[in-house]
Amino acid sequence: MGTPAERYKSGVMPYAKMGYWDADYEPKDTDVIALFRITPQDGVDPIEAAAAVAGESSTATWTVVWTDRLTACELYRAKAYRVDPVPGNPGQFFSYIAYDLALFEEGSIANLTASIIGNVFGFKPLKALRLEDMRIPVAYLKTFQGPPTGIVVERERLDKFGRPLLGATTKPKLGLSAKNYGRVVYEALKGGLDFVKDDENINSQPFMHWRDRFLFCMEAVNKAAAATGEVKGHYLNVTAGTMEDMYERADFAKQLGSNIVMIDLVIGYTAIQSMSKWARRNDMILHLHRAGHGTYTRQKTHGVSFRVIAKWMRMAGVDHIHAGTVVGKLEGDPNVIKGIYSICRDSFTRKNLEQGVFFDQDWAGLRKVMPVASGGIHAGQMHQLITYLGEDVVLQFGGGTIGHPQGIQAGATANRVALEVMIKARNEGRDIWNEGPQILAEAAKWCSPLNAALQVWKDVTFDYTSTDTADFVPTATAS
Amino acid sequence: MKITQGTFSFLPELTDKEITAQIQYALDQGWAVSVEYTDDPHPRNYYWDMWGNPMFDLQDAAGALDEVRAARKAHPQTYIRVNAFDATRGFETTRLSFIVNRPTNEPGYGLVRQEADGRNIRYTTESYAAKAPEGRRYE
Repeated sequence: MGTPAERYKSGVMPYAKMGYWDADYEPKDTDVIALFRITPQDGVDPIEAAAAVAGESSTATWTVVWTDRLTACELYRAKAYRVDPVPGNPGQFFSYIAYDLALFEEGSIANLTASIIGNVFGFKPLKALRLEDMRIPVAYLKTFQGPPTGIVVERERLDKFGRPLLGATTKPKLGLSAKNYGRVVYEALKGGLDFVKDDENINSQPFMHWRDRFLFCMEAVNKAAAATGEVKGHYLNVTAGTMEDMYERADFAKQLGSNIVMIDLVIGYTAIQSMSKWARRNDMILHLHRAGHGTYTRQKTHGVSFRVIAKWMRMAGVDHIHAGTVVGKLEGDPNVIKGIYSICRDSFTRKNLEQGVFFDQDWAGLRKVMPVASGGIHAGQMHQLITYLGEDVVLQFGGGTIGHPQGIQAGATANRVALEVMIKARNEGRDIWNEGPQILAEAAKWCSPLNAALQVWKDVTFDYTSTDTADFVPTATAS
Repeated sequence: MKITQGTFSFLPELTDKEITAQIQYALDQGWAVSVEYTDDPHPRNYYWDMWGNPMFDLQDAAGALDEVRAARKAHPQTYIRVNAFDATRGFETTRLSFIVNRPTNEPGYGLVRQEADGRNIRYTTESYAAKAPEGRRYE
């Protein structure tokens, strides 16, 4: 960098020379680390591009400013310290950037993201930029409250153990009156589901105002609980145009005795954190529908990976998050989904490049988020779902419940029987991946709703190539 | 009606051999098995009576099944469940819980609706059987 006089001479200087690149930097345990996939414009050196990302996401502007000298500016500068070519993708580079803890306000996803995904994503010298992963230091994690309920406490409240939870989204998404809507909820819960869910865009439209929906849904929930002896729930979507409206809706849900409320990702990070605090104050499970994420998570070259969103949401504090199905109708490579589920559910997530996880992440006791698998799944895939997704997950069969030829209750029963029979077989040591169809067929002999479900949906698969896949493949190790 | 609490309530009643297989699975995971019973199966009755402490040091599934049988003999007209407890950090909770005995007749629950202000309703789930005193509910 030369002498201070040279460094702070007015004019433009490469970011790498301004102190935003340091190949010898050893990240501290308290640093936030971000891993970006950068695609520099033609002719831009990848190290300079990485340094520019570090600069633009921390202290830099396009030209030298003497006012840096009024600060301990070396501390505040983010440091790019490593740049690796992306395997199999010429022109793309993984760049590791470390940020000192002093750069961030405690307990604020808004502040964290304003730096990390702020101006820098529009920066001209880059063709594209994607935030692939982050390592959040324990020191920073401890400034967040995390999920208000978490997997363990949710299960204890619901008194449901040893199997995935079952849900469904009421269909059609739009147009039902509240009374007809509640009918769907009641039938599905009585038939065997644990939860029914409002869809992301059910708020308070002319065909169904929110209070009316809440009242009829709670009648359905309580009636189904009495009919089965089980705790039941319906995710009442409190998403609205203002915080005041959301608090009003959430308070009404609480007044009616609901055990869960729901919000959409589109309400924004600050609103999510506010609702998380509300949920913690009011003993409420908080379900998050990830509406909108596909606009920036799906393409590999530009945007933010969903695994980062999942980390932020665990910090912000939600209890449920839609995290992919692998086998359903929506985007989801098996390895990438496994990585995202680990981020939601682990006490300590291990670095796993094949699953797109670039860092060890100690969760510092932050509660676990229940992943939700929703979109184009049905009873015939139960062995695959349990193999891919495990036990701590909500499996949501919307069409797969409501579209059942014998009715909604039968659809719910088919899913519940398929689930219980598969868990039982797995626990007995059977190889459910291979024997799954046979296990289902055996149960279908005594369970006619399951038989009908298997007949109707037997050939339904969504076998498309994933867009968002991991960049590292397993390599055979010499023995 | 059939109360559908527990992991396997939608399946035909488990045989003793099937129960043993589930207990063995729990022991293989390092979980402690316990037996509980109740004649008040309210969905939010979290504290069933304990048939002894969780069997933390038990190695053998047959031993746990003996406890299930003894509980059934002592309390035939109650709900009995087998729980498996995982003391691993990050869980420290029940990991499996399934019913292994039911009263012959399950009358179920009534739903009491108290009409309140506006269209609000306060709901109470009431077990028909639990209206009788403890010990005389499923005679």
